[in-house]
Amino acid sequence: MIARLIEGIPRRALLLLGALLIVLVAVPLFAGDYLLTVLILILYFAYIGQSWNIMMGFAGQLSLGHALYVGLGAYTAAALYIHYGIGPWLGLLAAVLVAAMAGAFIGFLAFRFRVAGVYFAILTIALAEFARVGFDHWSWTSGSSGLFLPVKQYAHNDLWQLRGYPVMFYYILLAATVAAFIGCRALLQSRVGYFWLAIREDEMAARSAGIDAFHYKMLAVVISAGMTSFAGVIYAFFYNNLFPEQVFHILRSIEIILGPIVGGVGTLFGPILGAFVLTGLAETLTAALAALGVDLPGAKQVFYGICLLLVIVALPGGVWPWLSKRIGLTERNK
Amino acid sequence: MPADIYLNVAVGGVLTGLVYGLMALGLSVIFGVVRVVNFAHGEMMTIAMYIAVTLFSAFHLDPLLMLVPIAAVLFAFGYILQVRLINPFITRPDTSQFLLLIAVAIIIVNLLLIAFGPDARTVQVSYAYDSFQLGPLLVDATKLYAGLAAIVVAIVLFALFQYTWIGTAIRACADNYTGALVVGLDVKHLYALTFGIGAACVGAAGVMLVLIIDVTPALGPAYTLLAFVIVITGGLGSMPGALVGGVLIGLTEALAGLLFSPSAKSMFAFAILVLVLLFRPQGIMGKRAA
Amino acid sequence: MSAQLSIDAVSKRFRGLVAVDRLSFDVAEGGIFAVIGPNGAGKTTLFNMIAGAFAPDSGAITFAGERIDGLASDRICRRGIGRTFQIVRPFPALSVEDNVIVGALLHRHHVTDARLHANDVLRRLDLYDKRGQRASGLTLPDRKRLEVARALATDPKLLLLDEVMAGLRPTETDRMVAILKELNRDTGLTILLIEHVMRAVMALAGRVLVMHHGAAIAEGAPGEVVRNRAVIDSYLGAEAVA
Repeated sequence: MIARLIEGIPRRALLLLGALLIVLVAVPLFAGDYLLTVLILILYFAYIGQSWNIMMGFAGQLSLGHALYVGLGAYTAAALYIHYGIGPWLGLLAAVLVAAMAGAFIGFLAFRFRVAGVYFAILTIALAEFARVGFDHWSWTSGSSGLFLPVKQYAHNDLWQLRGYPVMFYYILLAATVAAFIGCRALLQSRVGYFWLAIREDEMAARSAGIDAFHYKMLAVVISAGMTSFAGVIYAFFYNNLFPEQVFHILRSIEIILGPIVGGVGTLFGPILGAFVLTGLAETLTAALAALGVDLPGAKQVFYGICLLLVIVALPGGVWPWLSKRIGLTERNK
Repeated sequence: MPADIYLNVAVGGVLTGLVYGLMALGLSVIFGVVRVVNFAHGEMMTIAMYIAVTLFSAFHLDPLLMLVPIAAVLFAFGYILQVRLINPFITRPDTSQFLLLIAVAIIIVNLLLIAFGPDARTVQVSYAYDSFQLGPLLVDATKLYAGLAAIVVAIVLFALFQYTWIGTAIRACADNYTGALVVGLDVKHLYALTFGIGAACVGAAGVMLVLIIDVTPALGPAYTLLAFVIVITGGLGSMPGALVGGVLIGLTEALAGLLFSPSAKSMFAFAILVLVLLFRPQGIMGKRAA
Repeated sequence: MSAQLSIDAVSKRFRGLVAVDRLSFDVAEGGIFAVIGPNGAGKTTLFNMIAGAFAPDSGAITFAGERIDGLASDRICRRGIGRTFQIVRPFPALSVEDNVIVGALLHRHHVTDARLHANDVLRRLDLYDKRGQRASGLTLPDRKRLEVARALATDPKLLLLDEVMAGLRPTETDRMVAILKELNRDTGLTILLIEHVMRAVMALAGRVLVMHHGAAIAEGAPGEVVRNRAVIDSYLGAEAVA
């Protein structure tokens, strides 16, 4: 099985991936708190980006409301923890279910009623906004005043309750990102993956080759939504507070798509590269500005906007396809 | 609640709705002709609003007096944006253009944030608290002037498209891109003009809106979405549809704010959007989208 | 031989225009049946109805004994009807091999099995050597063969070919004709084709239907049909037969 997964990938690429993994595993040993937090953010966006990529890069459906699934995952797990004392890993099961159902709902509406392309994107925006305003008024999750998880002083890492030092979250996210990467690779090589690519390329031609496009598009949406909700659960237990205004905001949804688009939509390594490049550079920018004594809220976002613009104008396929050709890493199937 | 409160709120909603309609008109014109989904629409409006606010606080100039110059500035902005940035992407897939404008939107919102800070700015005109009594109706002066201004601009726009040569040429491009090229129309220039006109519309709407609401940098996305809801509800490519949609949304918003809670009103707009997308994607007055 | 595909008084109108007018004919299993006629005669509309792009307004389409009119295109493919498009639609970013694997995966669940079958099909269509190339980089004749290959990989019992010879030079046309003939002979695959290239029609078809203004004006063996007065007047022209 491993042989199939690595089939077609040039040895150089495998070695580099392996080296990267070793570095990432070892980093917490030398990294300071700030660097660790940045890396956690990078891995968080890499993971969500990979999840989003399934819908867009593989099945061709542009979702601009992915923050919906993050939020649903976060709120489900957090609310169950606060109101019923249910641990986050069990809460995760509920979170994935809720997000998957939301995805199925959106998918059903869109695909049954032929809402596609830009209209689909607008629909996803609308539903995320709906959730944002809705949760603002929902008292069970404390509405707009925010949902707070109890934070006690911890002397050690409690993996089961997800209470602990940032290092614990780092390794969880690293494991998740690696799992997502491998999972996506396996999916792409499978029958489902082929059907997704066919649908992305030309849905009508795919249907006349016998592919039930509705079924496979729904699958992509549900998988993507479910995967994304895991990140939401981590978010909730890492930050310990949730505000609908922040969690469901359209700017969150846009942050989610920046990594994959800059890195390369539809590629496996694109979202990861994108997350590293964008978040890494952005944090460097902020640090540099701080060193100069300048505090510009919004500078980071301007930077993101410019990156997005440059990528669309100059490198529409993303940085990764261009880079991998440069350093001679092109494989047969991305 | 007594009936005249409903009536007052409704009338206020209709007047505000006219301004929304003008804003949406800009989006409709851009989409109908250039076929670009302008995700930076609300941001362009915010630029206009900030210009109005700045001029007001510096020189005490009434925004409505500044309507034409500010609309002209936005026209230039739109024109240049189209020529320099968007036109090379005409042949790319829709999602590319969409994302391009999202990038522009992000940059604008945050530049405004850096320039003006996150606090809300307002324009306190001398008649800010005046109102007119028309029978049982109590109408805010600001809303009345804004609504009337919106109607005037809309009429000017209709006249432009119906009766001038430029308007006809633009409509030709919208109808048949290749045909327009073949008869020698400078489509690139006409597209840019159209984008400029759309931007001027939204700029004008912004100036009017400044009388009614507070300005923050993050206003953009919410109004872009509102413009989409209106345009899709009223019908893509239909100019009267945009105004009808605007009034409908303004009315719904105002009444929902009264009956439920002010902050929940956007939920209704979105509910309408979802229903329209599902059951009547061409909108109330639209032709079948291409 | 029994009728595999049965078109029964099928009609379709688009607003004011009657595209297909109470058309009836049968296609025998294992045969090669051609539909010819001037542009606008309704041939592609007919194909679209058989392939499930839209349903007829009236009449019935029966395949292997079961009604298929009104079914969605993916279900029709699963029932055993493969189709190609007049303007070819390969999956541009995928390789030639992957394009055909997509077709082969319809009735196979493992990519390895699908790849084996895809390679067989590619060999038959003379595309095996180009299997690693991106579909978007192929020449037109190659893209046409790829389109056929992909449809073939879905293991159809009936293959619908929509003007598959269009734009091909005579040598390429002959090559495609040879491939299709061999396919029909070796596997008994029924072929229904729309064609303007008479050279191909005469070489391939066992039976020909001529359409004009949505209705059938002649049906029979190719030799008879081309000598039919009405067919000559409406479509072929006297020189074509001389």
